[in-house]
Amino acid sequence: MSFHSFTGTDTYLAAPELRDSVNVSAALEKPLLVRGEPGTGKTVLAEAIAENLVMELLTWNIKSTSKAQEGLYVYDTVQRLNDARFGDKDITDISQYIKYGPLGQSFLAQQRVVLLIDEIDKADMEFPNDLLHELDRMSFFVNETGRHHVAKFRPIVVITSNNEKELPDAFLRRCVFHYIAFPDKAEMENIIRVHHPDVEAELLQQVLLRFYWLRDLPEIRKKPSTSELIDWIAALRRGGVSTESIESELPFLGVLMKRENDLEAVMAAHRRGRVN
Amino acid sequence: MFVDFFYHLRGYGLKVTITEWLSLMRALAIGYSRADLHVFYNLARCLMVKTEADFDNYDRAFASFFMGVENHFDISDELLEWLSKPELPRELTEEERAKLEALDLDELRERFKELLDEQKERHDGGNRWIGTGGMSPFGHGGEHPTGIRIGGSGGGRSAVQVATDRRFRNLRSDRILDTRQIGLALRRLRKLDKDEGPEELDIDETIDSSARNAGEIDLVFRPPKRNRIKLLLLIDVGGSMDPHTLLCERLFSAAHKANHFKKFEFKFFHNCVYENLYTDISRWKGEPTSEILKRLDHTWSVCLVGDAWMSPYELTHTGGAIDYYHSNQVTGLDWLRKFRDRCPNSIWLNPEPRRIWNAPTIHLIRQVFPMFELTIDGLTEGIDVLRGIRPNRALAA
Repeated sequence: MSFHSFTGTDTYLAAPELRDSVNVSAALEKPLLVRGEPGTGKTVLAEAIAENLVMELLTWNIKSTSKAQEGLYVYDTVQRLNDARFGDKDITDISQYIKYGPLGQSFLAQQRVVLLIDEIDKADMEFPNDLLHELDRMSFFVNETGRHHVAKFRPIVVITSNNEKELPDAFLRRCVFHYIAFPDKAEMENIIRVHHPDVEAELLQQVLLRFYWLRDLPEIRKKPSTSELIDWIAALRRGGVSTESIESELPFLGVLMKRENDLEAVMAAHRRGRVN
Repeated sequence: MFVDFFYHLRGYGLKVTITEWLSLMRALAIGYSRADLHVFYNLARCLMVKTEADFDNYDRAFASFFMGVENHFDISDELLEWLSKPELPRELTEEERAKLEALDLDELRERFKELLDEQKERHDGGNRWIGTGGMSPFGHGGEHPTGIRIGGSGGGRSAVQVATDRRFRNLRSDRILDTRQIGLALRRLRKLDKDEGPEELDIDETIDSSARNAGEIDLVFRPPKRNRIKLLLLIDVGGSMDPHTLLCERLFSAAHKANHFKKFEFKFFHNCVYENLYTDISRWKGEPTSEILKRLDHTWSVCLVGDAWMSPYELTHTGGAIDYYHSNQVTGLDWLRKFRDRCPNSIWLNPEPRRIWNAPTIHLIRQVFPMFELTIDGLTEGIDVLRGIRPNRALAA
């Protein structure tokens, strides 16, 4: 077992705790389950690992209709049927009609790859359970050809979840879990400077102050995320809003808050704050 | 120490399993975090705690376990001993025994000894594995390459001190029922039936038939099987239901996400059902209840959710509705009966525990609808009525 050492990349700043979790998951050959609010860089993590360790990245984007089987392989019966009809192809070799999915490909790869299973919580509730066996053994059986494929190089598996749905216990037991906390003010400043390199320091401070105040309001259901903050700053700058009026008026709040109830709650809290 | 730590975590309500605990032993044995409590903190957490809601419990457990020993944390001797004579928290199941054998302790022990020897020669400067200040990716002594420290832990503070910060306090969730559990229960709410509508291509039959047809394609279609459950969800909002808002939201979102119903509708009411039902929680947009009733028939199942706790006249008197500007001509109880008569497979779910179901209005409503607790067990029982496989016993009363 070799030690892979993920250290983060120039553009992806990985916290020490996150680096440890990635490396433990790679060494123990267990999938890494990453959870966190939208905009905390869960998906980008897999790209950073692939870049850092110089491995190929395979991505399996999960949709509500995704089935575990599709990740392994699909037997294209319709194509075979069609070929049989015109008789211009040799259809006795079934393996040419086996189309491997990202999971299957990652097991068949001739070197270690990174497999990203993105947004696993989008799928049906039973979906994670259907993957248990394959992720444990890193092998699968193709019924149509009678062939059993075992991964020569166990992929580094990164699974992301938005926590929309709870995941089954049996699945969780097999994973290494990492929770990416929402960035604090200092980290957020760095993130914003990537998107708005020339933002005025005063505006940035005022915006961050308001943003974190707002996220801490207990009555808010849908907390604004990083991408909404970046949009808000863009709106404020384009609108030429002064730093003082950000404090007094909270302009363009609709960019941050998408739910009417939340918007009202913020306005009420803001009024309270100004009276006190 | 290892077994004690396992029990200590369980004592704090963390559902750590032997499988996960063995992973930790394996990670330690291959050289992770021998002498760095910061690394051990994260290692044990990422392998044994699988939801951020439990991070706070973990922090408390960790701090109380390692209080006082944080400055001389070195588990090499204990680990070596454990690897030679593994002690386990309790009797193993078949599956766990297999996991333990798969660990190959002898090999791990040899590897670990090698690591220790290497470490003795090189002290803490090696790059093979985690020390304090090495070049390996593990460990916390070194500076972050960018000079920014992310995610706390560090700055000369011990792992125990960091744990006592209880950074994850806000993520706790002492929840009763989560959406997944409700979703799984609702999944049972189905009655399969051959459906009209466009037919589906039956691949297996098509292949069989084409083969018999000497390879000439013969497409076979069949009518799809669909769930024929139609569900109307009526939820009490406002007033005494406020403490149950979150629970109702979960039920609602689980039902909304369940895409296996033939039809699904939801409406809101306040305390009791009268002339109008509402499509929004603030009860502005209404629809006449009589119109809704016209759409319903015995193929629909109605699920009402409320605490059924109100003044008796709200239920039994005309003009008794709680909103003073609203004068109802038909009593609340009569409206409820109309729903029951139209859709016999209907239930009432009550978020309050059964032991305090003693309001007079609860007794009255239970004569119309069978009432169940809004818990997994209650929901599971109720679903049998909604599916029509258990008779609505309240009808007899």
